[in-house]
This record gives sequence, structure tokens and C-alpha cells, in this order.
Amino acid sequence: MERFDRRYIFLVIFLIVLFPLLMPLGLPIRVSKEVSGAYEAIDKIPPGSKIYFACDYDPGSMPELHPMTMAILYHLFSHDVKVVGACLWPGGPPLLEDAFNKVAVQKFGKKYGVDFVNLGYKEGREVVMVSLGRDIPATFPADFYGTPVGQLPVMRGVRSLNDLDMIVNISAGYPGTKEWVQQVQSRYHITLAAGCTAVSAPEYYPYYQSGQLVGLLGGLAGAAEYEKLVGVPGTATRGMDAQSLGHLAIIVFIVLGNVMYLYLKKTGRLTRR
Amino acid sequence: MLPLPVLTTMAAVLTIAVFTFLYKDNPFYKFAEHVFVGIAAGYVVAIEYQNVFLPNLWRPLTAGQYVLIIPFILGVLMFSRFTNRFNWLSRWAIGLMVGTFSGLAIIGFAQGDLVAQIQANMLPLHAHSLIDTFSNCIIVLGLLVSLVYFFFSKEHKGVLGASARLGIWFLMVSFGASYGFTVMARISLLVGRLLFLLMDWPASFGIQFVH
Repeated sequence: MERFDRRYIFLVIFLIVLFPLLMPLGLPIRVSKEVSGAYEAIDKIPPGSKIYFACDYDPGSMPELHPMTMAILYHLFSHDVKVVGACLWPGGPPLLEDAFNKVAVQKFGKKYGVDFVNLGYKEGREVVMVSLGRDIPATFPADFYGTPVGQLPVMRGVRSLNDLDMIVNISAGYPGTKEWVQQVQSRYHITLAAGCTAVSAPEYYPYYQSGQLVGLLGGLAGAAEYEKLVGVPGTATRGMDAQSLGHLAIIVFIVLGNVMYLYLKKTGRLTRR
Repeated sequence: MLPLPVLTTMAAVLTIAVFTFLYKDNPFYKFAEHVFVGIAAGYVVAIEYQNVFLPNLWRPLTAGQYVLIIPFILGVLMFSRFTNRFNWLSRWAIGLMVGTFSGLAIIGFAQGDLVAQIQANMLPLHAHSLIDTFSNCIIVLGLLVSLVYFFFSKEHKGVLGASARLGIWFLMVSFGASYGFTVMARISLLVGRLLFLLMDWPASFGIQFVH
């Protein structure tokens, strides 16, 4: 067992993940109450309202988080909600721009500056969050393209986060959901829904349980569930077959590894390194 | 800007170069890694300058907001780290930053985590439904025995030892759930890259490889 080349495991996982991408199986997706919580909260926002969309991730987490961004933006724009987007991760603005172009412009024909805005990136982490709660134009004097925020119709009447109906945060780590809960939700009591990478999801479930988050989308599964709710299957739905088979393969490997370990231990052939 | 097929081909080649690490460490992987680090560093410097330095400091300062000279000087002091003689000056700026972040973190943690989470765990042990009652009991029991495990001021013997051992079981379940989510994240990244190689890359040449 000790001599087993781990590259065989990589190869098996690669093939198992590749197979359903070539030939989709269409395994069922069950919507969890955490995801439906986020969906229902967004669904309740009246048309014409404005929300803050915190796009706190970069290309490293794109496969998990970009489908969430697309699905949530689809939901928001289908309800005619206006979106003020910004990023606390330097790699975020082009991703937010991509999502706005694909959803707001191409699918709904929305106008930049009127229906949505990309305020870009700002350094300062928690300081920026607290500052947004007091004065958004002072924190982001200009948008991603350098246009003063005072010239953007979508920003009219928006002084602080309190002037917005909700915050949606898509987070890959620090600064992200934890900081939005600690610095903004608990301080200004604004409705907050979050989507995060699967790695960080267990850390944020207590915030959902306590009601600090109205909804939580965890990893690719959360994105696929949201795609199902909005009725627009995307890359997350497509990836879930591969995800499920990959998990199954890993479970089989774990069981096999333990069976082999116990067998070798029992027969006295186990060598420790 | 380069045409889309060239850009996607570059991305595909770099993706495959990163995957070669699974065979063993090699120059292709190292090349991709260095390209990534270099581009990421350059991008951050450019975006910090365009989106932070110019609109938040330089433009208002040159337009007459002279109070911003203070953060400007503090920012310049950070560069004294590069000299042996004056590097102590950077401590003023670092001290201010550490103080600000510590203050914010403490307030945020106290409001958002400590108080709110204690409140959230004060659950009724007799709820409306049997499932809720069972669920609340498990949460409260799990919380208490997990906390007991981290109580090191007394030897874990007797009731304390039994509670701590039960706490380990709850912690193990929690770590198991975290591990499961971690596996999900890693597989998602693989799925993302494979979808790029199978869909986006051929699509940039007008080829639909998978439906």
C-alpha cells in the first residue's frame, strides 16, 4: 500500500470528473433551506429598489463563485432591482464587469450607470466596510472607469449602505462574509445574504443559524441550487454531475484505504515510515 | 489587445502546464507559476494606483483637500523600510494601521460573533416540534462539551474527562464536514478548469466540443 503511486489516484479522479462533463448524467439537485433563504429574501425586494453587491473574490475562486454571481444577478435584474457593485479584492472588478455584461446588458438590456454600476476595487478591507456604512461617495469617489459617482443616475439618493435594501456578498475568504457580518450587519442591521467557497461554508453556517445571514450559498452546490431556483441552468448545474462522481470516487478511495490498512495491520505486513 | 483565440490558447496552455505538476515538479509548472505571480503583482500595483491612490488621495489632495497630506506622509514613510537608517519611521504608519484594524476587529468580533453567537445558542430545550427539540438539545450539548474540551485548567478526569471525550466526537464531526466541503471546493476548481478546456477554449475558435 505504501508503494502505491498516488498519480493513479489523480488519473482516476481526472477521468471520473471528465466523463460527466462530456456526457451529462442529469443527477437531481435538491435545494437546501440556506439557499432558498437567500432566494426568498431577494425575491421580496420591490422592483426599482437598490442593493449593494459585494463581489469579493478573484479568478482563483471563479469556478465556484462566478456561477453564483451570474445566477443572483439574473434574479435581481429579472425583478428590475438596481445593483451597486464593488469589490474588496483587487481581482474582482473585471469579474463583476463580466457578470454585468453577460447578465445585465446581454440578457436584460440594462444600462450602465442607470441600472447598475461597478464601483471597482478599494483597499482597506474592514475600514472600507465601515466607511461604506457612513458615506459611499466618500469611499468610492469614482467608479471603475473613473466617472465621479455623483454623475451616475443609479447613485442618486444613495449616501450610505442604509439607503440600500440589502447586501449580497460573494466571498472567497478575507475580507468577505465574516467581515461583512461583523462590521456591517451587526453594526447597521442591514439584510445580508452571502455566497462563499465550499471551504469557508462551514465557518459561516452559524451566521445563518443565528439569523445574521438570511441565506447562504456554499460552493458549486449552492450555485447549482440557485440556478435551479431561478430556472437558468449554468456551469454550476453542469458541474454538479462531475462533483458528485468525484465525491463518490473519493469515498471509495477512503474506504479502500482503510480496508487495506486494517488488512495489512491484521496480517502484520504494515510497515511504518 | 490580442484576439480571443490567442488569449484562450495561452490560458489553456498555462492550465495544462499547471496540471503537469501532478506528474512531478517540472519547468512547465514553474514557468506558469512565475507568470501568474508576476502578472498578479503587476495587476495589483496598477489597480491600487488607478483605483485607490488617484481618486482617494492624489486628486483630492491636489484639488485642495490639504488634510490628506497626513495619510500621504504616512504612506511615504512606509518606504523607509528600504533603508537601514530610517526604517524606524515606518513604525508610525504601521502602528496606526495595526491600531485601526485591531480596534475595528475587536468591535466587530464582539458585536458580530461573541454576543450574537451566544444569543443564538441560547435555545429552548423544549421546542414546538420533536425535531426542533432534539436539534436544539444536540446543539446546546455539542457546544457545551466542545467548550469543555478546550478547558485546560483542570485535568480531564471523571465527568470533565467524559464530557471532553464527547466534545472530541462533536469536533470530529465538525472537522469531517469541513473536510467534505474542502474536497468539494477542490473538485469544483478541477471542474472549472476542465469546463474551460472543453467548452470555452474550443468555443473561441467557433468549435462546440461538448453540448
